[in-house]
Amino acid sequence: MQFIPNAPIKEEMLKEIGLESIDDLFSDIPKKIMTQHLALPPGISQQATEERMKEIGKTNQPFCALPSFLGGGTKPHYIPAVVKSILQRSEFYTAYTPYQPEASQGFLQAVFEYQSMIAELTGMDISNASLYDGATALGEAALMCSRVNRRKTFVIPKNISWEKKCVLTNYVKGAGIRIQEAPYHNDTGAIDVDTLRTTMSEDCAGVYLENPNYFGVFEEDVEEIQQIIHEKKSLFVVGVDPLSLGIVKSPGEYEADMVIGEGNSLGLPMDFGGSTLGMFACRNEFVRQIPGRLIGMTKDKDGKRAFCMTMQTREQHIRREKATSNICTNEGLCMLAATVYLSWLGGNGLRELSALNYERGQRLEQHISSIKGFEKVFSSPHFNEFVIRCADVRTLQEKLLQQGIQGGLLLDQWYHDLSNCMLFGVTEMHRDSDIKRLLSILQEGL
Amino acid sequence: MYHSAVYDEPLLSELSGNKREHYVKLSSLPPSLQRKTRVDIPDLDETQIVRHFFHLSQMNFGIDSGIYPLGSCTMKYNPKICEEISRWEQFASLHPYQHESTVQGALHVMYELEHILCEITGVDSFTLQPAAGAQGEFTGLLLTRAYHEYQKETGRTEVILPDTSHGTNPASAAMAGYTVVEIPSTKEGTVDLNMLEKALSEKTACFMLTNPNTLGIFEADILEIARLVHKAGALLYYDGANMNAIMGKARPGDMGFDIVHLNLHKTFSTPHGGGGPGAGPVGVKKFLERFLPVPRIVKQNDVYMFEYACPDSIGKIKAGYGNFSAILKAYVYILLMGGNGLQETSEVAVLNANYMKRKLVDSKHYTMPYCDHRKHEFVLSCEQLLNKKGIRALDVAKRLLDYGFHPPTVYFPLIVKEALMIEPTESESKKMLDIYIETLLKIAEEDPALVKNAPHQTPVKRIDEVGAVKTPIFTWDMLEKVKESGQA
Repeated sequence: MQFIPNAPIKEEMLKEIGLESIDDLFSDIPKKIMTQHLALPPGISQQATEERMKEIGKTNQPFCALPSFLGGGTKPHYIPAVVKSILQRSEFYTAYTPYQPEASQGFLQAVFEYQSMIAELTGMDISNASLYDGATALGEAALMCSRVNRRKTFVIPKNISWEKKCVLTNYVKGAGIRIQEAPYHNDTGAIDVDTLRTTMSEDCAGVYLENPNYFGVFEEDVEEIQQIIHEKKSLFVVGVDPLSLGIVKSPGEYEADMVIGEGNSLGLPMDFGGSTLGMFACRNEFVRQIPGRLIGMTKDKDGKRAFCMTMQTREQHIRREKATSNICTNEGLCMLAATVYLSWLGGNGLRELSALNYERGQRLEQHISSIKGFEKVFSSPHFNEFVIRCADVRTLQEKLLQQGIQGGLLLDQWYHDLSNCMLFGVTEMHRDSDIKRLLSILQEGL
Repeated sequence: MYHSAVYDEPLLSELSGNKREHYVKLSSLPPSLQRKTRVDIPDLDETQIVRHFFHLSQMNFGIDSGIYPLGSCTMKYNPKICEEISRWEQFASLHPYQHESTVQGALHVMYELEHILCEITGVDSFTLQPAAGAQGEFTGLLLTRAYHEYQKETGRTEVILPDTSHGTNPASAAMAGYTVVEIPSTKEGTVDLNMLEKALSEKTACFMLTNPNTLGIFEADILEIARLVHKAGALLYYDGANMNAIMGKARPGDMGFDIVHLNLHKTFSTPHGGGGPGAGPVGVKKFLERFLPVPRIVKQNDVYMFEYACPDSIGKIKAGYGNFSAILKAYVYILLMGGNGLQETSEVAVLNANYMKRKLVDSKHYTMPYCDHRKHEFVLSCEQLLNKKGIRALDVAKRLLDYGFHPPTVYFPLIVKEALMIEPTESESKKMLDIYIETLLKIAEEDPALVKNAPHQTPVKRIDEVGAVKTPIFTWDMLEKVKESGQA
């Protein structure tokens, strides 16, 4: 077998340690449950495997074959060759968690750079080394709020994705935290600040605000929201799209306590929603409560700069059931991609890309909403996603698909008050010709 | 001796490029929303960036660098072909919400992998959603809770686990809201049936077990364990971290386990990525299927579809459908290996471990507490070395680095003093195993001062981890502040 070097010398090795057969190695397994073989096809060659996978791959339509205008968080972004090239360095991708720091300085330093850049982007003091994704990061943030202030209610706005809400609900169930929902304005798409003020209880551990929110809309009343939350001595958690932070205020500028987000937009492929990166940053005073790995700079015994995992007494491998989280394996390689990506962009490049995404979002929304029968749903400024209402979205969706375009995300399946609404997303990846094609199909009507 | 590349690689923030003043103005974004300060990430040239990360990569040890027998982590070779296929645009460039008709290939891979994992583990249904082993555990415990609530048994508040369990087990149980009850192992290093029986009650939600356990010992009483657990009305949970020991030999489902998680990044060879992304699929017996996360993947008339209408489902535990690239790599790996190859994988993984165990235990430098029969890993103790020469497990580990080998897991499981937990996997040749054995024996005879001051050959020497806690520096900014205060 190709990946089992000792397969041809099993007998020899057995003999050398005084055993007769492979069965001797498994003699402690009760006969009743011994299996003889697995009912799976035999292995095939690497060449045959590639051919098989090509056949399977043919039944997928990737972005290049099917331009997609889906919003909902994940969107295509250009991935520089530098990122792909560094990610293929197998010293990085075949390593595990850096339990032996002396042999893992490279990865550890990269995490340190990541933590630095995420802190800088979000305006927070510190960042961890990643969580699974944006949704679980929200779950961890809610748990952390409750650990910090011992309160048992967590407020989320209604303008977040149903997936995120569902994940959050599962994360806080065990801790007995109650989820309370704050409504949004039907006209602006932004959170209803007055209702938030009147409904927040003394038991409120934290309030989550997404900016831009699920509908792509920027929250404009962040200062007021911040005051309301802090007056109640509650904690302010903000969810971000890191790409937007090149142009919009960082949550640190409006006094957030914790910042979470999905980092897939930072140099990662969409991977069918798979290559995710949970960002988690906060103010330094909460460091002992932070979930996940944290990398610190220190010195070796000769006084040379060195890096290591630190504050590990928060973690499951030391603290077991008293740990701040159960997370062990995180999203290391995705974090590395984000690190290389951000350094490739630099501060200026990030601002440019951020502005480009903003402007493309504005322009496409204006184009679509100027077509008869299509109207924009929310008036607040938005980033690279926006909501459009039109008649019979399902038929339109099918028509687009027949002509080789994947339209926006249908929202009515999760938001009953948003019937006939589509959530569009556009980035630097969409070619002008594809946008033209989309607009001309929309203009034709049904 | 090992010679790592050594660079005094500056931080990105300490590099400087030729500044390009090119600041985009934004007219249409309301000023109240605009960022006031520039994002302080240096603007560097591509050459600088590539060299920076290239240098860092050369100061990092992976499986491709050398043997990596980190116990309980199954650091096996990651086939290059799996990497390559996972990057094909046909798979990597799919949006999670694309119309189902345009992602049939991706759904095919996921559907088939679910069924293959069912065959390997002997359960009836799988979800691929959990992002890692610990999240698989958490999912399993949410399923446990959903099941007991469905049965109107709300008084089941405890999760029992043995003292050899992985740290994630109790942490996941606590996160799911359960009280953890830890039971001590027998003198043989296995589950103490009497202690288990005493701990079990109408309050027990489930018993979590790794089999073979973290000492590498197969829990031969597993059928009796399952009987006791089920008699108490509780569920039996399988931590699949050690599945690499028993593929095609025994199946958790046949042993009586109700819920199983696997680590695709261990058993099925998807790379660990410096700590992720992993994948921790969860499988269940038929009676628990209704509670699995949504969406389920169904096949009707040769067409794959997502099914969300599952009223008893626990909902979602992660956005999307799981770490798809890991799922894809594991599927490719299984195609390559086939049923026969997976069986041989476990046979040789166990053979390699037993070969090393025999040679090392016979040498008398290291001892092995508990019974002799081991599977794919074994745990040695350096207690004798400590008593005779003052050499600790940590010292041995650090000295191994000098020889260019990754050390075993140290100080785990907690019930073995000065533990070295060795899992060679099936990927290593006999020659490599022999060299590793020789090196471990050589270290035991080396000058204690040399060993206690190791490593000597790595980019940095032994690290002041206490200092890292005392003067916390997590970012470029914090470094600047510490420098200003004169502490650095």
